[in-house]
Amino acid sequence: MPGQTPSQTVGPFFAYALTPELYGRQGIAGNVMAGDDTQGDVIRVEGRVIDGDGQPVPDALVEVWQANAAGRYRHADDPRDDVPVDGTFTGFGRSGTDADGRFWFETVKPGRVPGRGNAPQAPHINVAVFARGMLTHAYTRIYFADEQEANAIDPVLNTVDEARRGTLIGDARPVHGRTVYCFDIRLQGDGETVFFDV
Amino acid sequence: MTLNAFYRPRDWESQPPYLHPDYASTVLRSPKQDLVKIDQTLSEVTGPHFSADAIGPLHADLTTNAAVNGEPIGERIIVTGTVMDENGKPVPDTLIEIWQANACGRYIHEVDQHDAPLDPNFFGAGRCVTDADGRYRFVTVKPGAYPWKNHHNAWRPNHIHFSLFGPSFATRLVTQMYFPGDPLQPIDPIFNGVRDPEAQARMVADFSIDITEPEWALGYVWDIVLRGRDATPMES
Repeated sequence: MPGQTPSQTVGPFFAYALTPELYGRQGIAGNVMAGDDTQGDVIRVEGRVIDGDGQPVPDALVEVWQANAAGRYRHADDPRDDVPVDGTFTGFGRSGTDADGRFWFETVKPGRVPGRGNAPQAPHINVAVFARGMLTHAYTRIYFADEQEANAIDPVLNTVDEARRGTLIGDARPVHGRTVYCFDIRLQGDGETVFFDV
Repeated sequence: MTLNAFYRPRDWESQPPYLHPDYASTVLRSPKQDLVKIDQTLSEVTGPHFSADAIGPLHADLTTNAAVNGEPIGERIIVTGTVMDENGKPVPDTLIEIWQANACGRYIHEVDQHDAPLDPNFFGAGRCVTDADGRYRFVTVKPGAYPWKNHHNAWRPNHIHFSLFGPSFATRLVTQMYFPGDPLQPIDPIFNGVRDPEAQARMVADFSIDITEPEWALGYVWDIVLRGRDATPMES
């Protein structure tokens, strides 16, 4: 059995290849994931990537993967034909971070998808974080503060120590008729984000 | 609901740790808490797919995809190989993105201030989708070594950055391909973030006279192994 190819850091110089819009080139995905015709509630998710000294990480790459508003992943291995695919929505987004470590996505709130044993998972966005100084990426999930009931029975949230669970939940606030969720990613130290071995 | 089989875990003998103090930037950017192990669900076994249609034919040839008034300076090379999973099964139709320094060791990235020239005919990024047999092929110039500030007289070995998706979010991989015989590898903290010598060797391409094209370009072969599925489908 061939062994896994090891991960290496994305380094400091990925932007012109992976988020190349500032270099006048088209990337494979950006951070505006929802179009005018996309089904569901358009939301904004924003936050900062912060290091162990509380300083912003200005050269991180945040990738997200999520179900559509109906709770369907656009992927051949999602077998649920009774849940509709939205042709306007891939579910994948990419954002670099700016000088203040900020990233953001404009997307729709994902529907619920089943977990193991068909136990319903709360709405969530899957996240992979890459940066100079990270030899391999880190996985986490964004849950939503206004989904308290669903969050309370989410099997993944319930795997996590209660004291740390809050690091996975984006605070909600209304801005101009939209809900903005704030989700900071603390790589280390106080309030360190929960990262998963998936 | 029956799902296809779940993916084998990340092999932490092969994969580097988050904290590797010789690579100074890891010190404040590595989680201190243990990763929380979770069962894979639909969220992890699905992932984005990018069709070959979305990628122009020139994207895999870095010697032409940004040419302004000629060819880039440097040693022309072909980098090719197979993307497979741990079961040895090819991974077809998956996106690969690469980026690299030019032949002088300079990236076009605005933050790169290394005192070496930019090349007006070289952007240094490309992408392609693997074919039905999991194969990919890039044409580029050999990237130069370059200094960095990690420690006194620190130089990165020649390398090309690779980004792959594979079939799921769980198979995502960002890595670097190195060249055979590079004396900087044994003293590079990033390369040595991977401790197992066999795993290190999997990051180094092979020179191939068969891939080398006469009077035109040297050939390198580098196969990439992503996480594979366990043998049997699982009832979710």
